[in-house]
This record gives sequence, C-alpha cells and structure tokens, in this order.
Amino acid sequence: MSTTLEPPGAGMIEPRSIHGQAVRRGDRIFRSASLAAGIVILAIIVSIGIFLIWRAIPSLQANSANFFTSSAWFPDHTPPAFGIAALTFGTLFTAAIAMVLAVPVGIGIALFIAQYADRRLASSLGFVTDLLAAVPSIIFGMWGLSFLTPHMEGVGRWLNDYLGFIPIFRNDLNQYSKSILIAGVVLAIMILPTISALSREVLTQVPSSTIEASLALGATRWEMVRQAMFPFARPGMISASMLGLGRALGETIAVALILSASNDINWHISEPGGNTFAANIALKWNEATPIGLSALIASGLVLFAITLVVNTIARGIITRHAEFREGS
Amino acid sequence: MTVGSPVNPAPVGDSDLHKLLAGQRLPRWAPLAAAGAGLGLTVLLAAVGAVNGLVGIAVVAAILFTMIQTTWSLAVEGRRHAIDRLATTAVYATFVIAAAPLISLLATVIIKGSKVINSTFLTHSMRNVDPQGPGGGLQHAIVGTFQQVGLATLIGVPLGILAAIYLVEYSGDASSPRLARSIEFVVDVMTGVPSIIIGLFVYSAFILTLGLPRSGFAAAIALAILMIPVVVRSTEEMLRIVPRDLREASLALGIPRWRTITKVVLPTAMAGIITGAMLAIARIAGETAPLLLTTFLTQSFNYNPFKGPQIALPTFIWDQFTSGTQASQDRAWGGALVLIIIVMIFYAGARVVARFAGIKKY
Repeated sequence: MSTTLEPPGAGMIEPRSIHGQAVRRGDRIFRSASLAAGIVILAIIVSIGIFLIWRAIPSLQANSANFFTSSAWFPDHTPPAFGIAALTFGTLFTAAIAMVLAVPVGIGIALFIAQYADRRLASSLGFVTDLLAAVPSIIFGMWGLSFLTPHMEGVGRWLNDYLGFIPIFRNDLNQYSKSILIAGVVLAIMILPTISALSREVLTQVPSSTIEASLALGATRWEMVRQAMFPFARPGMISASMLGLGRALGETIAVALILSASNDINWHISEPGGNTFAANIALKWNEATPIGLSALIASGLVLFAITLVVNTIARGIITRHAEFREGS
Repeated sequence: MTVGSPVNPAPVGDSDLHKLLAGQRLPRWAPLAAAGAGLGLTVLLAAVGAVNGLVGIAVVAAILFTMIQTTWSLAVEGRRHAIDRLATTAVYATFVIAAAPLISLLATVIIKGSKVINSTFLTHSMRNVDPQGPGGGLQHAIVGTFQQVGLATLIGVPLGILAAIYLVEYSGDASSPRLARSIEFVVDVMTGVPSIIIGLFVYSAFILTLGLPRSGFAAAIALAILMIPVVVRSTEEMLRIVPRDLREASLALGIPRWRTITKVVLPTAMAGIITGAMLAIARIAGETAPLLLTTFLTQSFNYNPFKGPQIALPTFIWDQFTSGTQASQDRAWGGALVLIIIVMIFYAGARVVARFAGIKKY
C-alpha cells in the first residue's frame, strides 16, 4: 500500500552519533533485525524467480519439443519432449469457467451483505462466507469428486441436450466425470470468498450520502446500486475478481483430485480431460526423474509468471485507489 | 407514507396521494404469494412427472417464482420496479448459491468422517495396517501437522512481525522509503503466489541446492513463507492503529525507541497480532501441495521433523484418498473431519480474540 498516510512511527528518531548511527546498542540491534526481516521477504520473492529459472534450464536445454506449443509431456524420453500448451489451455479454461460463475455470485453476495441483508444478520453472514475460505483445498477436491461429480452429470447432459449446438457444451463421449466443467465449478466455489470479501469491503465504503441522495431522487434500490454504488466500488470489485483469478490459476490439490490429468486440448467442457500447471506438478512430482523435476519446475516458472502478472495488476488497481485494502 | 398537509387543496385521500407520488405498488405480501404460486405450480408439475428430484424442484420453483413476481410487478408497478424486484431476487439467490455448497460440504465431511472416528483412529498410526483394509489411525499425521505447523509458526511469525515493525516504525525515517515501498509491494504480491510455487522454491533452493533432506522441516519452511504475508499484513494494520501519542509519551519519558516498541507498541497491538497469527495458522494447516513436494510420506510415527519421512494431516488425506479402496477413502474422510476441526478451532479462536479485544476487522 502506498497511501499518503505517514506511518505512526515516522520521525521518532533515536539519539544518534555524528556518524548517523543510533547511540544505544538496543536500538541498533532492533532496527537492524527488523530491517533484516524486511529484506528476507524481498529476498524470498527474488530468489523464487532465480532458483526456478536456474533449475528449469537443464530440461529446457534438453527439450526437443517446442516448450510453448507442444502438448506432450515426456521429459524422460531421449531426447525429452515436453510443452505447456495443454497445461496453459487447461489452466486458463478452468479459471475462466470459475470466473464466469464466481464473479457475479461473489459480487451478489457482497451486495447482499452490504445492502440487502439485515444489519445484525450481515456480520454473521460475512462469517459464513469467510468459513468457505477456511476449508482446506484438499477437502474441496474430495467433495468435488465424491459429491459434486455425480450431481454434475445431469448438468452436463442438460448442456449437451439443449445447448449442444454450441461446440463447447457438446459431449461426444457420453462421459461426464472428471471434466474441466466440474473443476471450474469447484474452483468457482473456492474463489467466492476472495471475491466477495474484498467486494463487500468496498461496497460498504460507499458514502451513505451518495446512497441516500440516489434514493431521495426516487431511484429504486437496484437503480441506486447500479448508479451510485457500482461506479464507486468498480475498481475494488475488479481487483477482487483478479485476486480470485490468481487463486483459481494456482489452485493445485482440488484440481488434481478432480481432473483426469490428460495432457490434451479439449474444448468440450463436460468431457473428461484437461490438466493444469499446478495439478500436473503435484501428480507427476513423485515419479519424476531429475530431468522430469526440472521440466515440472519449468512449467511452475510459467505459472509463477502468470500469477505474478495477474496479482500485480490487481494490486495496482487497489493501490491507485488507495482506500481499498483486502481485509485478510 | 403519510403526508402532513396535502399540497392540492382538493380533497385527496392518503392512499390516493401515495399512488400519485409513488405509483401503484404491489402489496407487501406479494413476494410470499408469488412464492406460494410458484411452489404450488412446481408441485403440480412434479405430480404430473414433468419435474423430478429435489434440486430440480427447487430450481423450477425458483424460476417460476421469479417469472410470476416479475410479470405481476411489470403489470402493476411498471418496468423499473419489475427490474428492481428481479435484481433483489437475484441478489438473494446468490447467497443461497453460496451457502448450498458450504452446507453440503460440511455435511459430507461430518457424515462420512464421523463414521471412522473413534479412539483407535485417533491414537494409532497406519504402521502394520493393511492399507487396503479397515483399521489404523492418523495420530502420526496429527503429530506431523503440529510439528510442521509449529516450526513454521516459529519461523514465520517473528519474521512477519519484525518486518511489519520495520514497515510501520522505521520506514518513515528518511533512510529508504523506496525499500519500504517495495517490501509492501512484495508482501501484497506474495499473498497471491500459489502454494505449489512455494513448494517448488523450497525444493529447488533448500533441497536441491543446500542439500536439506526432504523432511518435515523443509515443509515447515514452505509453510512459513506462506504465513509471512498474512502475519505482516495483520500486524502492520494493528501497529498503524496504535496511537502516536503512546509512542511520544514513552519516548518523552526517555525510554529508548526499541523498548518503546517492545514494551508499549507491541503489547497494545498484541490481540490483533495474535489474531493475525492464528488466521495464518488456519490458512497453512490445510495446505497440501507444498508438503507433497517437500516431504516423503510414511505410515509410521516420526517425531523428528528434521530427518526421515513425516506425514501430516493433508498428506495423510491425500495418501488415503488416492489409494482408492473403500476403507482408505473412509480414513481420508475421517482425516478431513479432524483437519477441518483443527482449522476451525484456530479460525474461531482468531475471531474470539479479535472480538474480545474489540478489533473490528476479523
């Protein structure tokens, strides 16, 4: 955050010698320790990039396929052949499904808590949505596989029967489990709290004078929401969605349990298939040879770069509208 | 709505004036009536056999309710109010949509998990237990989780608090505002780095490069890195609301700055810092991906997180669930229930501390 607000500790300078060093040893030690902690955090992020690049290089040099356009994943062949095309496709597609479902619902929940629900009810409702965030992702995966998958078969069939003329909804295999549609739905549920928590925060920050002015002019509640609340909260809601997107892109275990982890590009969302960066790493890790590990690290590097870009944009939007902060 | 003195001298009744000003409105009981009609129609359809299944009935009833109410409102109140009612229905619906999976998930975990939980399950390991058959327990995994999360807390919490102190207490000194700003930025970005990337980092930096064995300690490093941004953010927020007057009063008494921070500022913010730490623990206790990359799994107790394979609850669940037999899946659900209870204890604890200390956020 780069608010103009000065930190409360600012300007409280301890006694210093003419060399600019703090006189008291305690002050010197404490200041250095806290500075060191800050630098460690900086160093971690930088070294994530450095180590991943370093460890990815051996496999990338040995790779005989095009890293970006190949869908194969055979790092143990001689010569190794692997590429991230299918992984990129699966990651982006599952995340896109999750966003389509979760953004309207998440903003709806935020609106419900901020505007529609009873004040006393609102805080406990907020607690309930936050509970969703506390559920470990492996449990989402188990639930998605054993409870949601059978229930999603009907949805898949319905999409195929009635919307099958749209290619992505067609199902030629008549199999409806382990699909990227199910993975997308589970991801949507998982990123709901992220989207709704931050959206809720910005929606409750809309000045009540703005709200009252709109209502006093005769607007219905929905017109007030659209004309007075949304314009104010839009940057916050966009960055909330981007943070949710970041989470959906990097989610590992739930997706690894649900998807069948086949490295192919299949546009039919209700058919089994698909794989993501994170799920691929988790599933292939323990049987990987050194070159296989290096290939997985290379794919992780791409995921790191994607999430870094998404999160930086999201944070950029928040920082430009400095009054918004995520409440975690 | 009552109006004191009608503007129009002609005798106009209250309800007439209301109509004049606000237009014709639906009665208060209109949504209930529409819901009743929708449900009735659905039951009728279900009786004929056009709709089946509980989910189907709920969906059809909701659609019918929306259609009846919107049409009615459109006929009586006009387009604007019809849209408003439609939007209200949609907003309420989103909440049901969010609550349904949470309830279903918790119910599934509790029902399936409570079947296997008994004293044997909680006090035994999987050593010498047929992995395909029933029996065995997860105490070895509980030990692993507590050791790994405990070590992560020992590393991550002090580091996070110190960094927050730097950001709030020292970054204002002219020395380096740019450094503070980049730390702020990195902490923000770190919140969004996927946990599996952290696992990859610990593997490539600590295990491959520094030669640390795959162990509970390696997992703890990964978990600590995941904790840091949460701890920094919450501590920072708490330190910022400690009044400047307190610091000045302490400094004016001649107390060194570091003593001021440790004896005045930190105790004042302590409840909030504890809340943040507990939320961070709740966040990492269920992490699976980094553990899969940095530890080896085992079926036995291992009390030494620095050496040898060590399983934790999330990896126990993963191991049992992917083993695929009925008995192992049952054990996985039992593990899921135990894990969810542990996470919820920390989560609820954080809320209690926050409420107890009168902190508004969390």
